[in-house]
Amino acid sequence: MDKIVTKALSLFYGEKRILKEIDLKIPQNNITAIIGPSGCGKSSLLRCMNRLNDLIPESRIEGQILFDGKDLYAENTDVVEIRRRIGMVFQRPNPFPKSVYDNIAYGLRINGIKNKKKLSEIVEKSLKDSGLWEEVKHQLNTSAMELSGGQQQRLCIARALAIEPEVILMDEPCSALDPAGTFKIEELMIKLKQQYTIIIVTHNMQQAARVSDFTGFLYLGQLIEFGHTNQIFTIPEHKLTENYITGRFG
Amino acid sequence: MKLKRFEEAVGFGILGLSAITVLLILCIIVFDITKKGAGAISWQFLVDFPREGMTQGGIFPAIIGTIFVTFITALFSIPLGVSAAIYLSEYAKEGRFTRFIRVSIRNLAGVPSIVYGLFGVALFVEGLRFGTSVLSSGLTLGLLTLPWIIATSEEAFKTVPQSYREGALALGATKWQSIRSNVLPSAFPGILTGGILGLSRAAGETAPILFTGVAFYLPRLPDSVFDQFMALPYHLYILSTQHHAIEQVRPLAYGTALVLIALVFMVNLTAIILRYRYRKKFSM
Amino acid sequence: MNLVRIKEKAIHFFFFTTGISAVIILLGIFLMLLIRGVQTFKDVPFFDFLLGIAWNPSAYGEPSYGILSMVVSTVMVTLGAIIIAVPLGIGTAGYIAEIASPKKRETLKPVIEILAGIPSVVMGFIGIVLVGPVIAKIFGLTSGLNALNGSILLAVMSLPTIISVSEDAIRAVPKDYNEASYALGASRWTTLIRVTLPACLSGIVASVMLGIGRAIGETMTVLMVTGNTPAMPHSFFDSVKTMTATIAIELGEVPYGTTHYYALFAVGAILFLTSFGVNLVAELVTVKHRRGRA
Repeated sequence: MDKIVTKALSLFYGEKRILKEIDLKIPQNNITAIIGPSGCGKSSLLRCMNRLNDLIPESRIEGQILFDGKDLYAENTDVVEIRRRIGMVFQRPNPFPKSVYDNIAYGLRINGIKNKKKLSEIVEKSLKDSGLWEEVKHQLNTSAMELSGGQQQRLCIARALAIEPEVILMDEPCSALDPAGTFKIEELMIKLKQQYTIIIVTHNMQQAARVSDFTGFLYLGQLIEFGHTNQIFTIPEHKLTENYITGRFG
Repeated sequence: MKLKRFEEAVGFGILGLSAITVLLILCIIVFDITKKGAGAISWQFLVDFPREGMTQGGIFPAIIGTIFVTFITALFSIPLGVSAAIYLSEYAKEGRFTRFIRVSIRNLAGVPSIVYGLFGVALFVEGLRFGTSVLSSGLTLGLLTLPWIIATSEEAFKTVPQSYREGALALGATKWQSIRSNVLPSAFPGILTGGILGLSRAAGETAPILFTGVAFYLPRLPDSVFDQFMALPYHLYILSTQHHAIEQVRPLAYGTALVLIALVFMVNLTAIILRYRYRKKFSM
Repeated sequence: MNLVRIKEKAIHFFFFTTGISAVIILLGIFLMLLIRGVQTFKDVPFFDFLLGIAWNPSAYGEPSYGILSMVVSTVMVTLGAIIIAVPLGIGTAGYIAEIASPKKRETLKPVIEILAGIPSVVMGFIGIVLVGPVIAKIFGLTSGLNALNGSILLAVMSLPTIISVSEDAIRAVPKDYNEASYALGASRWTTLIRVTLPACLSGIVASVMLGIGRAIGETMTVLMVTGNTPAMPHSFFDSVKTMTATIAIELGEVPYGTTHYYALFAVGAILFLTSFGVNLVAELVTVKHRRGRA
């Protein structure tokens, strides 16, 4: 079953065309990786899916994105509701300058959950799901800024998990982390796909090969190829894809 | 080659000299006032009313009046100024209209303070019938401070990392929720610093309160916002130019000037320290 | 769900109204000055007001409302201030931006901020007790309260504006300009004079304009130190009464609704328009400058 479908999706920043008629089907409860050289538009594509591009002045799209069959950019779409159901983890860990606890509780509180017991339960569960609980259970009230980079990123994942989204968008989540931190996040992603649909943007091809079920190759704003990960990495159909994954450019 | 080096030495020497001159000017001002004002300062001077036709006694009502009027100024200009800054930094789309607002703010900052005084008379004293009062003066000073508060607050909002906003929005926060919970707290120290400096400037102003509420002499403290008040800067003006025995009250004038300067100093120092800490925290 | 959206819209609208407050206030000030100032011309011909030398509103029978003397006084005091402040201010800005070590810069910047924060009455007081006697002594005058005194103090008061705006302008010059110049064998001084300063000239012009704006509008200092004789000045040693000082002295004493009362608002309107013009020039110069850069 396809969770998100894009139909001839184009994105413009002013006059500049960032994405060109992309047709993509993101299957549910799988990890889909979007790879491509930097500047190819992969982050922009991701940010179309939770409408974070709305923040950029003069950005507009053509075509459609369907989320569970409903048009994300329809007139009556509730953007806030969409972002609640489609979570996001950013390239650089961006914990808020609040305590560990308050970071996780943030999404719950803005959704009107005030019950302390319930809050604590969800905070604990989210931290356990993101594998951070054992490391921070005694410092829930210290500032999240004091955690290491890898811990901060897992905190951001926990923060996204707390509001139980259906999809998690990950924008190069490991680019600011060391190998140990990267390994933990990858492990976590594989565990999470039982419950969530995950889309990860990465410039690290090994990472895409290791964790993803499907891979799309994006080049200069165009989707060159999309398919099962092992197919893309072993017998790519396009010359461009082959050149990229064999490291001839990038 | 030698000539060139000589030219450079002279040129740099002149620049250095200008900087030293500026430093010297501040030193002379501070030194003169401190030296001659220190003698007048005592606990009594700070907590006493002026006596014997203002030739004796202290400046207590002027201190209280200045604090009172600055408080009104803060109540008016800070909420309005910070809100306007939120609009400009978080809501406004860059375009012709927003540019027009910014040009207006910068021009407002350049309007002479005496013109604010005229506006205060027309709008608050006569138009809204607040009379010559703490309220009229406070609001007039508030208008004067507004462009400064907007500019410094907007600056503070600009330093908040975009990721704080995006992080909140990506969790399904509405725009206002992300501003209230993430943007405002992070910008707060910057807003505070700007606010403190702006209010200290307002507290030192005289021209805008001249016709809107300040009194030559009051034998009591103002009892409501509709009462007149005494103020430190106006008191110094009176003592140094309008008093019948100017030479006799010179020490009192020096004392008043010292209190004013000390106030400015302390406030600036607080702001500088705050800003320093704030920067350190953010560079982490 | 709709409720949330309505709430967000309302909040947006609220901030919008506060956002345009500056525009409303600016417009309000202008309209108020215009409406009140225009009343003057029911009794006083416009050109008599603008070009008349005598300002004597309280003369019995035949009051006169010529503002030329006070305009000349204001221009003179401002001009004097700028002659003193511009070299000093740009020199200091050059020192801070190009020569000073980071440590010296960190000390000088607060000094300038504090200088900017000294209340104008305190500056006036300094003019009375310090600058005045020195002027009187040096030039053998009976009183040191004159245009020169005002110019000196206004120079000090416009220094912080000139310094900080020019410094920003100098620093905004891309470093590769300097490096290109050094690579051609130019000294630091030659580079500063021939490359950096011309590149940021418009920024410096803007700083001077803002300094002029500050000096024209200053009230308490000139009121306290220039002697306030309402006559056409002939030299910097004359006692002068500027436009701002006239308003400050007379508004408290005139009855509401008289020609004299309105004439003071007309003077205010001229001050407003002047400062508006000066700021606008500074604005245009900066905008043009940025465009040229991009």
